[in-house]
Amino acid sequence: MPDITAPQLTAADIRRGFWRILPISLFVFVFGLAFGVAALQSSMTNIDVMLMSITVFAGTVQFAVLDMWGTQVPILPLLLTALAINSRMLLMGASLYPWLRLLPVRRRYASLIILSDANWAMTLNDLQQGRNNLGTLVGGGIALWTCWQAGTLTGLLLGSGITDPKSIGLDMVMGCFMLSMVMVGKRNLRKSLAWCLSAIAAYAAYRWLPPNTHVIVGAVAGGAVGIFWLETPSQ
Amino acid sequence: MMSTDGFGAYLVIALMALVMLFTRFGGVFITGLLPLRPRVMSFIDAMSGSVLVAVLVPIAVEADMAGRLGMLATAGVMLLTARPMAGVSLGILVTALLRLGGIS
Repeated sequence: MPDITAPQLTAADIRRGFWRILPISLFVFVFGLAFGVAALQSSMTNIDVMLMSITVFAGTVQFAVLDMWGTQVPILPLLLTALAINSRMLLMGASLYPWLRLLPVRRRYASLIILSDANWAMTLNDLQQGRNNLGTLVGGGIALWTCWQAGTLTGLLLGSGITDPKSIGLDMVMGCFMLSMVMVGKRNLRKSLAWCLSAIAAYAAYRWLPPNTHVIVGAVAGGAVGIFWLETPSQ
Repeated sequence: MMSTDGFGAYLVIALMALVMLFTRFGGVFITGLLPLRPRVMSFIDAMSGSVLVAVLVPIAVEADMAGRLGMLATAGVMLLTARPMAGVSLGILVTALLRLGGIS
């Protein structure tokens, strides 16, 4: 990892982060729209759906919850499913720790409240290129959160009657974005080996292990390369 | 089992929100308990990019042919120009055009 300086945060940084992530947030809007439409078919009230989007803010988890919702809810399986799906956030947070620890405790955790896939990926990239950019995490998170709410609300209000987002390729936005984030950083043999192991392990877990374990399994397999192959200092 | 009548629903949502907050805060908190020796830092460094790869695997597995070719287009742009927005845009365009042309 390159030299790390303590992250700073000004209103201008947040604005810049917001505009940087906004194009990708279009996907989150569409995903939210699909969620709102799906929620109409469930027994959840519209108020509950909006409350969930606002406080939970995790698309895949919320879709899973719709399937489990009824007049009675199996609370423990529901919470464990939510935990398993979102456990990747634990790893994402951990990956930012070497940098976030330079912040005072309160700001450290406050900047993680709207941690999500896209703002994490872009922040990690900035960090690996030695750029000190808390604005991407916070401002980008605000963009993603806002679009998720707007998408959910639009889906609830308009219902179905919306063109299929798949036909215009919008289901691939997140895949292409994540791929571009993987490829933007510097590559070396150590990293390539970690990624290969992660891909193989994640695939095996996806095929043969319980659902939603693939991210943890893949990330730990890739991380293991780091345990045995120490990074040579960049100086 | 828990009832979702009246306040029950709010309670379920609040519990979920707490679990989500734990996943967002937990990684930083738990890592904070570890001694940041070079080996731990090296693990975090190798693990961070691996998260992205592991997230990508099922997307690529589940995608149709148009989606996979779209991802290939993104990869091509990234190798040539290293510009994420250009890569994502071309990936979506390729996917949409292929599906329009009946390839999926």
